[in-house]
Amino acid sequence: MADKLISKIPDGPLSEKWTKRKSEIHLVSPNNKRKLEIIVVGTGLGGASAAASLGELGYNVKVFCISDSPRRAHSIAAQGGINAAKNYQNDNDSVYRLFYDTIKGGDYRAREANVYRLAEVSNAIIDQCVAQGIPFAREYGGYLANRSFGGVQVSRTFYARGQTGQQLLLGAYAALNRQIAAGTVKSYPRHEMLDVVLIDGEAKGIIARNLANGRIERFGAHAVVIATGGYGNTYFLSTNAMNSNGSAAWQCYKKGAYFANPCFAQIHPTCIPVHGDQQCKLTLMSESLRNDGRIWVPKKKEDVEKLRKHEIKASQIPEEDRDYYLERRYPAFGNLVPRDVASRAAKERCDAGFGVNETGLAVYLDFKDAIERLGHQRVAERYGNLFEMYEKITASSPWEEPMMIYPAIHYTMGGIWVDYDLQTTVPGLFAIGEANFSDHGGNRLGASALMQGLADGYFILPITIGEYLHNKFSAPKTDTNREEFAIAEKAVQERIDRLFSIKGKETVDSLHKELGHIMWEYVGMAREEAGLKKAIVEIQALKKKFYENVCVPGTQFEFNQELEKALRLEDFFEIGELMARDALNRNESCGGHFRVESQTEEGEAKRDDKNFMYVAAWEYKGEGVEPELHKEPLNYEFIEVKTRNYKE
Amino acid sequence: MEFNLKIWRQKNAKDKGHFETYHISGIEEDASFLEMLDILNEQLIREGADPVAVERGCQSSGPVSFDHDCREGICGACSLYIDGRAHGPDDHVTTCQLFMRHFKDGATITVEPWRSAAFPVIKDLVVDRGAFDKILQAGGFISVRTGSAQDANNILISHDKAEESMDAASCVGCGACVATCKNGSAMLFVAARVSSLAVLPQGRLEAKKRAKAMVAKMDELGFGNCTNTRACEMECPKGISVSHIARLNREFLKAKFSD
Repeated sequence: MADKLISKIPDGPLSEKWTKRKSEIHLVSPNNKRKLEIIVVGTGLGGASAAASLGELGYNVKVFCISDSPRRAHSIAAQGGINAAKNYQNDNDSVYRLFYDTIKGGDYRAREANVYRLAEVSNAIIDQCVAQGIPFAREYGGYLANRSFGGVQVSRTFYARGQTGQQLLLGAYAALNRQIAAGTVKSYPRHEMLDVVLIDGEAKGIIARNLANGRIERFGAHAVVIATGGYGNTYFLSTNAMNSNGSAAWQCYKKGAYFANPCFAQIHPTCIPVHGDQQCKLTLMSESLRNDGRIWVPKKKEDVEKLRKHEIKASQIPEEDRDYYLERRYPAFGNLVPRDVASRAAKERCDAGFGVNETGLAVYLDFKDAIERLGHQRVAERYGNLFEMYEKITASSPWEEPMMIYPAIHYTMGGIWVDYDLQTTVPGLFAIGEANFSDHGGNRLGASALMQGLADGYFILPITIGEYLHNKFSAPKTDTNREEFAIAEKAVQERIDRLFSIKGKETVDSLHKELGHIMWEYVGMAREEAGLKKAIVEIQALKKKFYENVCVPGTQFEFNQELEKALRLEDFFEIGELMARDALNRNESCGGHFRVESQTEEGEAKRDDKNFMYVAAWEYKGEGVEPELHKEPLNYEFIEVKTRNYKE
Repeated sequence: MEFNLKIWRQKNAKDKGHFETYHISGIEEDASFLEMLDILNEQLIREGADPVAVERGCQSSGPVSFDHDCREGICGACSLYIDGRAHGPDDHVTTCQLFMRHFKDGATITVEPWRSAAFPVIKDLVVDRGAFDKILQAGGFISVRTGSAQDANNILISHDKAEESMDAASCVGCGACVATCKNGSAMLFVAARVSSLAVLPQGRLEAKKRAKAMVAKMDELGFGNCTNTRACEMECPKGISVSHIARLNREFLKAKFSD
């Protein structure tokens, strides 16, 4: 069989690749665009911006989301900001530096050409968003303000208080609304994609369940775009929204799209710690807080004991007894080291017995110095809403006592494999935003997810999809009465019938929670061979238990959230297993993936470029059969691959 | 902690609906209101799957449906009327950011869906807020095509104007303003959008047209009129001020006069 992993990276110098590719791509004339239909699944930053831009171009777009409105997509919860290489601060930033920081931050496991393109289009995103009326923070002179984020030494992050994702999504949603009003886009809220339909090996439609009434519906198109985000909820507890799931991407995998680097999951260092076993959702505290907040634990064990017994407060511990461990270990970057580094350092201190709450799984993020330095008002302007949110949740005021934080699953760098055109290994099937794998390597830098979602949706996919579509306009509309649709719909119906027929005693959530425990224990912040093997066995056993004893109440033809969750959990089991398999294969530490077997004497991650400088792309081989691993070698032509160093 | 929960149950839009009462115990003070509902649902599913419990009369309408997603107070999906208040007794929070420590141990808590003609019930506590999307589709945007923007710093916006726009743009589209208004008016929702764009130079050009189109759509979809009770402002989880309604009225009148 011919190798499907053809990345289609244009030749030539790095800075000319995108220009070159754009000049090669065939155009579709306006009168022909009208004849072409595109399905976009998901309405986060990627999906909404893609659907809007494709609509503007004149294509016929159908856009789907599981929420009651496109505006609910989880991009909305991104707090801190969006990066761009504007160099408005005159701090010697450039497209090259943004590219370099992103590649380095990703621990040299992302594709050079894709990342360069991302940095290249970043400035246009800010322009676009300002034109849409997004109220970015401003200096008193009226110019745009910036702040710093982890893993970089310049100030390139644009922000709208701690609600940047919300504002960017409302911008993309507004652009989408404009197209819906213009009739180029038709919106299908409360619709969940349950399968992708292939005709002659090419993606030509989807099967979706109307969540309001439970009916299974068929939708045809000339191409399908997946923009459904990541699979962080495999861990049950994460910062993802409750309904975020990996199912649409997973159905693509099962229809032949390769799934790349599934083990690359980002664990975000600054989340509110778990408070008890009734919890189902973790809350992120923006990375922007690390601009001014200092992370520490006590130096003395006796202080730790007293804190845990509530005999003293953090603010009572004198300066000389505090261990600002990030500043100590990584003097050059201090509290602004990348997320993976900060998370592991927190785990290291907590494992050593310095965790500051009853569970021993928390460290402090302290604003005392910032308040002294900047004053109450400026701190409030920068972080006011985050402080309020923290206080609402924990009933403790960050103005008086430091925040308590601990790492939690936040984002997945892995995803559907795509080529330079963002097309998967299935022709006509595209993946954008967090749903694909291409730009963040082993670790994503802060404020880069928003950048990637909008880069893909506004500026990349609307161009590259033309190459696939340019000769399809004479093809008739996809007929959803075809056998391929009937077969796919029948399979979906059988899945649903099976779930209702089990009539067991366990709830979907309780089984999901069990999966989460396995994942966090063995496929979490530190992974080793024996544990990963154990995870695979335990996940398979849990899946078996699910099919024997899950209880899905109600019926199909109604609004039924338990059924929705059960269908997603079926896929989470399989995603979790593939994550463990991929982590087992990747016997090196890089980015968010830390293999215990592969570390330096100081406990830093040890990458193995000789054996693992590749994208691991997994091919589905059928139920119960081991997936096949394909490798896309990563060639760094333009930058020197180095060991990441945030110390000096 | 323990509670008695009196919850509105309604199979679908056509069903008349009724209250059911449940008892729940073992709730941590730090649990959120929605986590408490999650726990109730676990309980109801287990009882429903347990023939002995059903024989003893534990027959309910099954787990309670309610909209929720981010659980961080930003997506605007959650939408409960709790003890007669939109998003419950705490101020300036969405239901997902409401914690059980705000309730008295042993209390009876009444939970209802948003009640508004423009938001029909889909099931139990879930309503259809599609009307909000339609209002925004009528003009809640700046007409800019992808790719046609100038350099971002060519548009200067004063710090204070940007902040004012941001105050209005914080609306999460939850619908609490409509649910709490005795007239079922969507004025605060419409005003927030109109205002957030109208204070910015980019949004000025279409300001009048936008206000007119969105108000017309709001009327068409069955939302009521504003009679200045300011209940919306009281219950808005993001504290959006009714002063934005004044700006909406100005834009609307300007549009009328220039007709």
